[in-house]
Amino acid sequence: MNFRTLSELAVLCEERGLGIGALMLEEQSAESGRSKEQEFATMSQYYGVMKEAVHRGMHEDTTSRSGLTGLDAQRVGAYNTAAEPLLGGPAGQAMAYALAVSEVNASMGRIIATPTAGSCGIIPGVFLSCQERFGWSDDVMVSGLFAAGAIGYVIANNSFVSGAEGGCQAEVGSAIGMAAGALTELRGGTPAQAVHAVGLALKNTLGLICDPVGGLVEIPCIVRNGFGAVTALAAADMALAGVRSVIPSDEVIKVMLEVGSAMPEIHRETAGGGLAQTPTGRKIMEDLRRKK
Amino acid sequence: MRFKDVFSIIGPAMVGPSSSHTAGAARIGRAARQVLGEMPREAEVTFFGSFAATYEGHGTDRAIIGGLLDFPTDDPRLPDSITLATEAGMDISFRQGTGLFPHPNTVRLRLIGQDSGQELTLTGTSIGGGNIEIVDVDGFGVKLTGMYPTVLIQHMDYLGVLASVTDVIRSGQVNIGHMSLDRKNRSGAALTVLELDESATPELLQALGDLPAVKSVKLVDLNEAGQEEKGKESTS
Repeated sequence: MNFRTLSELAVLCEERGLGIGALMLEEQSAESGRSKEQEFATMSQYYGVMKEAVHRGMHEDTTSRSGLTGLDAQRVGAYNTAAEPLLGGPAGQAMAYALAVSEVNASMGRIIATPTAGSCGIIPGVFLSCQERFGWSDDVMVSGLFAAGAIGYVIANNSFVSGAEGGCQAEVGSAIGMAAGALTELRGGTPAQAVHAVGLALKNTLGLICDPVGGLVEIPCIVRNGFGAVTALAAADMALAGVRSVIPSDEVIKVMLEVGSAMPEIHRETAGGGLAQTPTGRKIMEDLRRKK
Repeated sequence: MRFKDVFSIIGPAMVGPSSSHTAGAARIGRAARQVLGEMPREAEVTFFGSFAATYEGHGTDRAIIGGLLDFPTDDPRLPDSITLATEAGMDISFRQGTGLFPHPNTVRLRLIGQDSGQELTLTGTSIGGGNIEIVDVDGFGVKLTGMYPTVLIQHMDYLGVLASVTDVIRSGQVNIGHMSLDRKNRSGAALTVLELDESATPELLQALGDLPAVKSVKLVDLNEAGQEEKGKESTS
């Protein structure tokens, strides 16, 4: 890849007169030695898996093996249409879809790690709801996935994308940044605006710990995916409106690295602290052990 | 750069819920199946560390067995793998290990081949994001990531064996990215592991197997689609 930072990415896009998604496709093809068509086809398959996961989560039983989670996406979906939701509309839909994919993941369904399984709901949630709303073609969405991948590539190589290393900010936080940047581009924003969206989004999740109850990718991972989808829309809207990340996005990524590195081990996917060690969290863990 | 391309960020396609505890475990199981070279009739699975503590909730047990059935990480049959394997005649046991282990997510497998009756022991670790490292095969120290097509050659420790092996690989026009050799003792049993840039053809494997002092040759290719998926791949 010919870029290491988001600012390098934006400059490269300008030089070549390409959007982030189109540039990443070129870079990926050069890196892998496979044709652009082949790489695009692989990503198209992945988008197909994301669609299936949304559909499954909205219509099938997603009760997890532990029995702790499932069917919340369908609750939110039904509420979105039956009641007058506070959020409602496209944001409510993105939230329901993100919950759906996360619940499919928790119930051993098929998903795409974006960038991890723990944060697999955010990008499909935002992408599918926006595709339905704006009538975008699948090819447009797949190009958006390359854009999201370019942003994630920079975050992952300058900071981290796993909860065990950097807390939930690294998983859910990165996914929100990736979704926000990609969506900004899909809505006609410039690469520079997309980069601002990433910084705006990441600032909102700095410090978020990874504290899964019982060590399972369920509580609070699933609802954080739902919230994440809404935040991604908000960050993209701010960037498209002209709001800038005064602290450059590359510097925000460095802060994520700093905060994650300083995070105690009990808050990095060990279930040794946070929500996992609340009285209720501990009781759930005991119950799960007894069930074994 | 730790992450090399777009598909290390968007991907892998996998059955949930955890890239390390499910996708990684499935890849370890599949690597073991391919090293054994046949369906196991007996599988003793011993979990250590975080694997031992949470394997049921993460479906690590089903993922390992799915891998032993040669399923890729996104095979929809993974959740039912234990039933499928039992129906196919696999005798499965799960244990929680004690003592030293190399990584928080470690599994040790002892397998008996269905046809040959041959035994294989293998230790694998899941190091994050679905990435794995096989660290031990039959008591030989290895470092097998499954990122590339990998050839495992069991042979006698013998003057010039390695030279003849690399010569065969060169004549097949395949580049070696990484290689390691471990031996039990001088002039005793040895295991050479070669990571290749492209997959080895059946002819190449045959030529390696025909070398004097070579006992067995196995190919591990985790990027290869599963049995079910192969037909799909050729039509696309």
